[in-house]
Amino acid sequence: MAHDQTHDDAPKRAQRDDKDGDYAIVGRSVLINRPRSELFAYWRDFTKLPTFMHAVESVAIGDGERSTWTIKAPAGQHVTLETELVDVIENEAIGWRSTEHSQIKTTGHVTFTDAPAGRGTIVTAEIAYEPPGGDVGRLIAKLFQAEPNIQARHELKRFKQLMEAGEVATGAYTNSTDGEV
Amino acid sequence: MRALTWHGTNDVRVDTHPDPEIINPRDAILKVTSTAICGSDLHLYDGVIPGMKSGDILGHEFMGEVVEVGPKSTLQKGQRVVVPFTISCGKCFFCEQQQYSACDNGNPVVNQDASEMLYGQPMGAAFGYSHLTGGYAGGQAEYVRVPFSDVGPIVIPDGMADDDVLFLSDILPTGWMAAENAQIQPGDTVAVWGAGPVGLFAVQSAVLMGAAQVIAIDHFPRRLELAQKFGAKIINFEETHVREALMEMTGGIGPDAVIDAVGMEAHGWVADNVLDVIKQKMAPGADRGHALRQALLAVRKGGRVSVPGVYGGMLDKWPLGAMMEKGIQIKGGQTHVQKYTADLLRRIQDGEIDTTFLISHRLSLEEAPEGYKNFHDKQNEWTKVVLKPGGVA
Repeated sequence: MAHDQTHDDAPKRAQRDDKDGDYAIVGRSVLINRPRSELFAYWRDFTKLPTFMHAVESVAIGDGERSTWTIKAPAGQHVTLETELVDVIENEAIGWRSTEHSQIKTTGHVTFTDAPAGRGTIVTAEIAYEPPGGDVGRLIAKLFQAEPNIQARHELKRFKQLMEAGEVATGAYTNSTDGEV
Repeated sequence: MRALTWHGTNDVRVDTHPDPEIINPRDAILKVTSTAICGSDLHLYDGVIPGMKSGDILGHEFMGEVVEVGPKSTLQKGQRVVVPFTISCGKCFFCEQQQYSACDNGNPVVNQDASEMLYGQPMGAAFGYSHLTGGYAGGQAEYVRVPFSDVGPIVIPDGMADDDVLFLSDILPTGWMAAENAQIQPGDTVAVWGAGPVGLFAVQSAVLMGAAQVIAIDHFPRRLELAQKFGAKIINFEETHVREALMEMTGGIGPDAVIDAVGMEAHGWVADNVLDVIKQKMAPGADRGHALRQALLAVRKGGRVSVPGVYGGMLDKWPLGAMMEKGIQIKGGQTHVQKYTADLLRRIQDGEIDTTFLISHRLSLEEAPEGYKNFHDKQNEWTKVVLKPGGVA
């Protein structure tokens, strides 16, 4: 028997039905013990995204606030994502969405809100993407559909480490070894 | 460099590894002068902790001389420091609450996944204790990389010997926090299960915190003698009914606070394949679970239970009714080492706390495998092993 849906206070990404039309939504919140303005400024400079998004090799800023993201794919390949900024609110929110030139259809936004009692800032990233088709799609599916939630979680935690501790933790003890897991 | 390396169950060897390098700005590199084998290292030795890889360097109780520093380190070359086993950033919400072992930023993000799934939130990081806690190379080596060296290590004044201060790295603060978690009031009777290194430091700490009576429970005569030396009354559980004895030694009400130092002493973090691991531990583990259940039944109504011994997985036959109906408070947790080091260093300097009594054997690094074997097999005589990578003086 169908019940009327209640509207609880949980974000869409935490609901059992986490689809929005054709888009799948992933996301995560982290508490970061730094002021909003500082976190906003760092994220707003997209060229710094590769410091915590390890799948992103580089971001080039073009005309009209458009950015070209080069994303590492399996077997040494690359996928290019072109985004434009949307809904940027100083010290509060940054949004982006893919343009018609992009190989991936995606949209994302990150919000910065004050945590209670001076605990810092709650940073919430939410990314929606359309599961792609075709050869490129299969490649991208590997990247994004394998565990997009895990990827988002890792990226946000690296951002937190970088902003709080000033560095990303590594268990390596020489520069030539991998320090995660 | 030479380093004590884990290869599998009951298989540790001293191998040659590359020297550690500065990787992050807050790092320092130490030349290790003293490093101890912890009781919890024996659980790695027994192969019951998941997340180990052949080739991992062990050791989380160590000190040494600073030989290299990153640009954001506040240490200086030549300083002698003791390093907390917990790797904590000093900047996150948890570190600001002085809950250092809960630090969010020491454990590399990918390594956090397993414990986040098991416990709801990820564990913090530690040296030389599996990839669940970061996969950091430990200090049973000639050299070690120390992250967050501006907030963790404590500088040791000239004139203090390594053996006086080495245990600031883990077991002394762990015993101290165990007593603190017991919230001791004047006149209290405090019962301590387990007279191993942590239990013995908990005994000393409980006495310093004003307990009227401290009772140590064990079955190794040599370890009970050490507890006696610090003013504890003793119960040998092979000869005595423990709960009955505790009731009779407290005028029939039970101890005000109990400390379970039987578990894995410090950081036996089990985060995978939980039931199998528990079963794997059933030989010693059955006693271990028994001790905690016994402690819960022995403690007086409204009393306090402190658990420094670590339980990484799940325990059945938990006396939940006793907890509820007697109004018991329980506190546990990995030690917030950085919170205690300065105060405990002062207490050592003032002669309030004796640290060297525990050491039964001093070996070179090359002799470490033999140290593991004997510490594991001869617990009565081998109470604590300290390794000297520079050679035994």
